[in-house]
Amino acid sequence: MSHVIGLKCRECGRLYPKEVIFVCEYCFGSVEVDYDYDAIRKVLTPASFATRPKSLWRYRELLPIEGEPTVGLTSGFTPFFRAERLGDALGVRELYIKDDSVSHPTLSFKDRVVSVALTRAKELGFDTVACASTGNLANSVAAHSARAGLKRYIFIPADLEMGKIIASLIYQPTLIAVEGTYDEVNRLCAEIGAKYPWAFVNINIRPYYAEGSKTYGYEIAEQMGWRVPQHIVIPAAGGSLITKIAKAFKELKLLGLLREAKTKLYCAQATGCAPIVNTIKERSDIVKPVKPNTIAKSLAIGNPADGYYATKAVLDSGGAAESASDDEIVEAMKLLAETEGVFTETAGGVTLASAKKLIEQGIIPRDESIVICITGNGLKTQEPLMNRLGKAAQIKPSLASFESTLADQLAGVPTRGTRR
Amino acid sequence: MAVTVRIPTPLQRLTNGQGEVQCEGSTVQTLLDDLEQRYPGIKARICDEQGKLRRFVNIFVNEEDIRFLQGDATAVKDGDEVSIIPAIAGG
Repeated sequence: MSHVIGLKCRECGRLYPKEVIFVCEYCFGSVEVDYDYDAIRKVLTPASFATRPKSLWRYRELLPIEGEPTVGLTSGFTPFFRAERLGDALGVRELYIKDDSVSHPTLSFKDRVVSVALTRAKELGFDTVACASTGNLANSVAAHSARAGLKRYIFIPADLEMGKIIASLIYQPTLIAVEGTYDEVNRLCAEIGAKYPWAFVNINIRPYYAEGSKTYGYEIAEQMGWRVPQHIVIPAAGGSLITKIAKAFKELKLLGLLREAKTKLYCAQATGCAPIVNTIKERSDIVKPVKPNTIAKSLAIGNPADGYYATKAVLDSGGAAESASDDEIVEAMKLLAETEGVFTETAGGVTLASAKKLIEQGIIPRDESIVICITGNGLKTQEPLMNRLGKAAQIKPSLASFESTLADQLAGVPTRGTRR
Repeated sequence: MAVTVRIPTPLQRLTNGQGEVQCEGSTVQTLLDDLEQRYPGIKARICDEQGKLRRFVNIFVNEEDIRFLQGDATAVKDGDEVSIIPAIAGG
């Protein structure tokens, strides 16, 4: 049973039926799903979670589908853990990682939005799905549509990392590499979507798609024992995730699942593509588009659709924004791996590097609870790490070669005594 | 010859279902005025009460975002292609 009332323009509030509508006809504002929270409150209680599936669908009442979920039944409910060693390295008392680098099946938080988008696309009668993507969405749409038996067209910028291209091609979609930036891919897809009757997950079924990101926020709250952190650092490409985490916490408060929902939100972007961070730092009324130049390709969106809403969510929460250079991104990727055993992609490096700077600047206090959002997996973006990690010690298969090559490290290591 | 303007789906009701129309103008601003003459009511959807482009509308002249050019003062000429596109979510 559905608790969706309809769609509502985020700008002018006009109401629309729950169909394939993604933009307000009157003011071009994006439309958002509106729910019957009074009805949801009756069924969604803390006790009810004991028997729910360990996937993003445990928050099903707060997701915009009509029937039962049919796609992404194993996605979501990713690890959330206290990061003691990273906390020590950053000099903070209470640090947590929400780790979507191991989301099933495609190792990024995009599995959340795609699970919802494709379930809804099937309900709406589509047999073909499509997307414009910086890589992670491409992987996720390709994989989920394969399993759902849907036809699929995936559009990416031609210069993506090899890992992201392979991790799309393996599912045998029609993969189209566009010679241009992501923003150009997006514009092209808007024109293709206007002509062909496909479900473009991030365009014409975006209102449903975007709601999937809320589950990242619900999980943090539930995994913290139905409370929220004082600070949360979130990466931004189009800016949607920030707004949806804010919405998730607000909804849980409204439903009585959280007593307080006062979290300061921080936006993290790469310095080479920081249109939202710039807007927040300058307190500007205009989100000025940029031409991206960064190794964090999954965040390289120069014209962020949710830039205004992300800016508002951050400023309303009392949060701030910071960006990270390519070198800082790589160093942060290494730091997360060395301290917490998590190999994140460049976007995770952006988030951690920006968090580190916000802590060093005294903007995020060292003695309060902090969550860092890790949204993707490092195996997909290996290029920037080439020649940055040192080399394996290469030896002959003999004890002598081992000991001579590692002589410095082995000096002083006790051995097991006389060999028998 | 004239300027080809691509109309996004939500506005095609105002252009009798046409996805592409021909207009005249020397800048984006005058082009939009001409579009309004031909399809009354369409400009109010694209621009606010002060006549400024709404913030969720993107306009491209020959594939380039006019915010990287001269905004609504960007020059257009016969044979150019102008696209009006709503803001699109990232991925």
